[in-house]
Parts: sequence; C-alpha cells; structure tokens
Amino acid sequence: MRLIARIAAAAILSASLCGAAGSTAVGDMAPEFSRPDLSGKPVRLADYPGKLVLLNFWASWCGPCLEEMPKFSGWQREYGAQGLQVIGVSLDDDSASARRLIARHPTAYPILIGDAALGESFGGVLGLPLTYLIDPKGRIVARYQGNGDLAKMEAKIKALLAQRSK
Amino acid sequence: MHLQLIKFTSAIVGCVLIGAANPALAAPKPAAPEPAAHRPAASIPAASLIQPAELAALLQNPAAPKPLILQVGFRTMYVQSHISGAEYAGPANEESGLQRLRERVAALPKDTAIVIYCGCCPWNHCPNVGEAFAALQGLGFTHVKVMYVAENFGDDWVNKGYPVAKGS
Repeated sequence: MRLIARIAAAAILSASLCGAAGSTAVGDMAPEFSRPDLSGKPVRLADYPGKLVLLNFWASWCGPCLEEMPKFSGWQREYGAQGLQVIGVSLDDDSASARRLIARHPTAYPILIGDAALGESFGGVLGLPLTYLIDPKGRIVARYQGNGDLAKMEAKIKALLAQRSK
Repeated sequence: MHLQLIKFTSAIVGCVLIGAANPALAAPKPAAPEPAAHRPAASIPAASLIQPAELAALLQNPAAPKPLILQVGFRTMYVQSHISGAEYAGPANEESGLQRLRERVAALPKDTAIVIYCGCCPWNHCPNVGEAFAALQGLGFTHVKVMYVAENFGDDWVNKGYPVAKGS
C-alpha cells in the first residue's frame, strides 16, 4: 500500500516537474474554453460549431505576432464564408495593452483576453506566436509555433476548407 | 513624336490594367502593427550568453554554486512554467519591470552571479533580455549571463526535460 502511495506521489511530482509544456498535440481534441472578448462578452470555442477555427495566441509585445495579424484578418474576410473562423487570444499580462493595440489596428476577428490557465489547458503556451487549426469536430489538426510559414498555413486552411465542403 | 506618345500612353494604360488585375498591386496592404522599440537581444555580447544545456548542467550539479536566476519576461509565461528556482523579476520592456529588477538586486554585491532569461518569443524579437542586461550592466554587476533562448522557453528548455516549476 505504501509502495503504491509512493509511486503515485512520484508520478504527481514527475508531472509537476515536467511542467505544462507537453503541448497539446495534433490529433488531440482542443480543450473547451470561455474567455471574454474586448467588450467583455464571453466567447467559447463551442460558439463556432462546424467551423474550421484558427486559434492564434499573441501579445502586443510580440513582433512576429503583430506581423501575422493583418494576414489573419485577410483570411477571415476571404475564407470566412467558406467556414473559417479566426480567434485571437491575447496573452498580455495587462489586457489594456491588447485593447490599445486593437483600437489602433482592428482585426476582422474576435480578440479574447487570455491568461496562464488557458495557456496551461493547451499544454502550456511558452512562446509566441502559437497558432492552432481546429477542425469542425473540435480536433487539433495543425500547430504552428513561432514565425510560421504563412503560405503553408494558408495552403493547409484551403485544403481543410475543401474537405469540409465535400 | 507620335510614336513616342503612343508608347508612353500604352505603358501608362498597361500599368493601370496590371494594377487592376492584381489586387495585391492595386490596393496597399494594411500595415502590420509594430511593438514598442526596445534594445535588441543581439546587443548582448556573445561572451555574456549561456546556453540552456550549460545552465541545466550547472543546476543539476549538486557541487556547483548556483546563480541567482531571474525571469525578466511576462508573468503569464512565468506562471505556466519557469526554471526551477528562478524568481519573477517582471518584464524589462516596461519601466515597472525594470524598476522591480533594480529593487531585487539593489542589496546584492556587484559580483553576484546572475542569470537572466525570457524566452517569450524568438531571440531576435525578445523585448526584454536586452533591456534587462543593459540595466544590470548599468548598475555595475559584473557576473551577469543571459540564457540564449533561440526559439522560446517551451522548446529550448521545458521540452528538453530541464528542471522546471510552475506557479507564481
């Protein structure tokens, strides 16, 4: 009995030492979440059933993130009718920074106020930018860490939207 | 003269038609927002860098003296995961973070071994480590190293299996 307790304790310790960066993998179901948008309205992943969701973690201090955002707005306008939904999640420590930036540079998609707990639910968001593609059934189908190849990302989106329409 | 005028007019019309057919040329792209300017990580001399593997080996060697490790990045990242034993010093891209860093080291001898790190984003884009390093240099600290995080803290530290802790 003591041995089992020790093994369990060791497993718990090991899990905590491993931290949260076992990153949510391609093929896993995306964790459900609800976070407020910039107007305070709660937004859930489940609010977009049947959509291909591009979930982008960003912050106002992250140069590569800011470079991507106009492109994501363009994709929302271009592919939104075909079933794409872009969602941005700010991981700024201070949500006012995200609000100021979006006031100056509005996006064509909702921006949510994220936090460490949301990052942890995705296996740890320990570097930005980080983008997931989540299929209409809620399964993660792609993960892009850092300066992604946007041409490849767009090609993947087009392919997934084509599959969705079949 | 007439021939030259026709050539010139054709060139103008051609440009207009190409522009109309190609929206990328016709409409200016919206400019990407830019983050606030900061001292780049590239300003840190190579001699003041420490590689993650080197720091991990130091931490895992019971006989080695341990440096003071300060995370000079964002709390959202620190809470999720940080180097075991590292303290949160606040983002050095903001005056409030720099002030917190200055207060943390104010009472320390100038030869204290200090390692700072961030890992919020790829090295060349980090807004924090260059500022934090310059601040500590300005205060006269002589044994400051900056952990070189090429991509991000997750890939370059946590996923390598190096020691981490979480929480504030």
